[in-house]
Amino acid sequence: MKITVEEYGRLVGKASPHSKLLRDCLWAFLVGGGICLAGEALRKAYMAAGFVRSDAGCMTSVTLIALSAVTTALGWYHKLAAKAGAGTLVPITGFANAVVSQAIEARSEGYVTGVGAKMFQIAGPVIVYGVLASTAWGALYYFLRPWI
Amino acid sequence: MRKGDTILFEAPPVILAQGAVGGKKEGEGPLAAQFDLLFPENSLGEATWEQAESRLQQHCLELTLQKARLPLERLSLVLGGDLQNQCTATAYHMSRTDVPFAGLYGACSTMTEALALAACLAAGGCVEVAAALVSSHFCAAERQYRTPLSYGGKRTPTAQWTATAAGCCLVAPDGTGPRVASATFGRVRDYGVTDLTNMGAAMAPAAAETILRHCADTHRTPADYDAVYTGDLGLVGSRLLAQLLKAEGLEIKNHTDCGLELYDVHKQDVQAGGSGAGCSAAVLCARVLPALRKGRLRRVLFLSTGALMSQITSQQGMSIPGVAHLVELVSEEEQL
Amino acid sequence: MTYLWAFVVGGLICVAGQLLIDLTSITPARVLVIYVVAGVVLSALGLYDPLAEFAGAGASVPLLGFGHLLAQGVMDTVDKMGLLGALCGGFSAAAAGITASLACGVLAAAFSHSKDQN
Repeated sequence: MKITVEEYGRLVGKASPHSKLLRDCLWAFLVGGGICLAGEALRKAYMAAGFVRSDAGCMTSVTLIALSAVTTALGWYHKLAAKAGAGTLVPITGFANAVVSQAIEARSEGYVTGVGAKMFQIAGPVIVYGVLASTAWGALYYFLRPWI
Repeated sequence: MRKGDTILFEAPPVILAQGAVGGKKEGEGPLAAQFDLLFPENSLGEATWEQAESRLQQHCLELTLQKARLPLERLSLVLGGDLQNQCTATAYHMSRTDVPFAGLYGACSTMTEALALAACLAAGGCVEVAAALVSSHFCAAERQYRTPLSYGGKRTPTAQWTATAAGCCLVAPDGTGPRVASATFGRVRDYGVTDLTNMGAAMAPAAAETILRHCADTHRTPADYDAVYTGDLGLVGSRLLAQLLKAEGLEIKNHTDCGLELYDVHKQDVQAGGSGAGCSAAVLCARVLPALRKGRLRRVLFLSTGALMSQITSQQGMSIPGVAHLVELVSEEEQL
Repeated sequence: MTYLWAFVVGGLICVAGQLLIDLTSITPARVLVIYVVAGVVLSALGLYDPLAEFAGAGASVPLLGFGHLLAQGVMDTVDKMGLLGALCGGFSAAAAGITASLACGVLAAAFSHSKDQN
């Protein structure tokens, strides 16, 4: 065929439909905002129950993770995510979904080499680079501290 | 006889019988009534999706043999494949089935690859009856190629849906039924597409190339056929195929894509259409071959297209090579 | 009032992620890594704390908040332990979230099974 790789690339760009940006963003906003709203309600409730501020934040995260795990196990989370996109990906519930769904899927390969080894296959990079960035910041902070 | 890349059979081998089985979504699609067997539940009672696919294939082979009233012992060879790593769905099925087996991998092009090879072996007198048997399973493929099933991800509009389906053809040197008049094995083409969610675009150049070579070898045009079927280019790939052929001076008006036949793309939430080895296998066996048998179609070009990447190569940034194999199918009454 | 801001700020952070996915070829896995690292950076620059003050869970629930948590944790341990704290702070701050996810994962694997999407 006469067509070059570059020409074909342009043809593909034109022939491929794009995501519906406005609809995707609206879904992400409403669902993502909704999850944060639920988080805020939980946080207020934990604070009213006598938890100090940082502990209430921690309890909120743990509760959202547990809720995400239950809805993932029931097969509901991915149905919502198919519409919500980043709205279910970016909150901490998305992190929990990545861990739990991978754990469920790897169950047939055993608890050690399956669940244990593969659980963090998707969520792992977040921990690796998050902790790495925090370590770099910690070292920097140690040397900058006298001037802050 | 060989002309260019095309093998023209002097005594065209016959497809004695064909069978198609499908899963849940396939049973809700427009081809539901034409499947031989549909499962309302994709696990088929098995503990893993991998074994479910194996079982799907087993049902497909068994019912095709029944339709042809042939005992298993009459099979000289099974040419089969699937999408799982190392073709294990087929291998485990074959471990329970006492016949010679040669495994094939052509990604989603495997059905036509198997059928064309079976026709060559039959025409060459190497087999009495050969089975071309191919499957794919949505859940097994999703798990292997993408993400866990319960992982929350949004599909892009160019993504395609892997079919949970299997198809089987029994090919013999003579008998009654549609015939394989010629076959063109494709060359691998890589046009730099790296987007794993746009397989149709990765495979369209290979399909265009094979059609062009077949037409040049046989001095025919697509208009000489009742229909030209492609395996699973989907909405995007079909559009690109027409544009590529037009640029080469070939108008294609009678093109149908199996990925768009198997599902209703507007209602079934499959984005750009169906895909998977089972997609073209099932459409061939549920729709195309029965139509040839009844004389509603007389002469058809049938291509399956495959994207030949792996998880690892795509993570390494390699683009996706595509391949397309072609068979020319004619009804029993049609002159060659 | 914080309810409204939690909703709006949390929603907007998600919209930014959606724009990254739709408009660029960045995969969702990379978006998450970008978010958590960005959270650490914003927190280090002192920009995230005011947002968390203002929007509550709207700032802490998205993964940016996870980065913020890591950065705050590491500062606490550096204050307590010196340079060695740089190696401990991240994990100790993230411990509850990671351990909860991990425990939920094992429990879910034990009591649930892979479900068809068809």
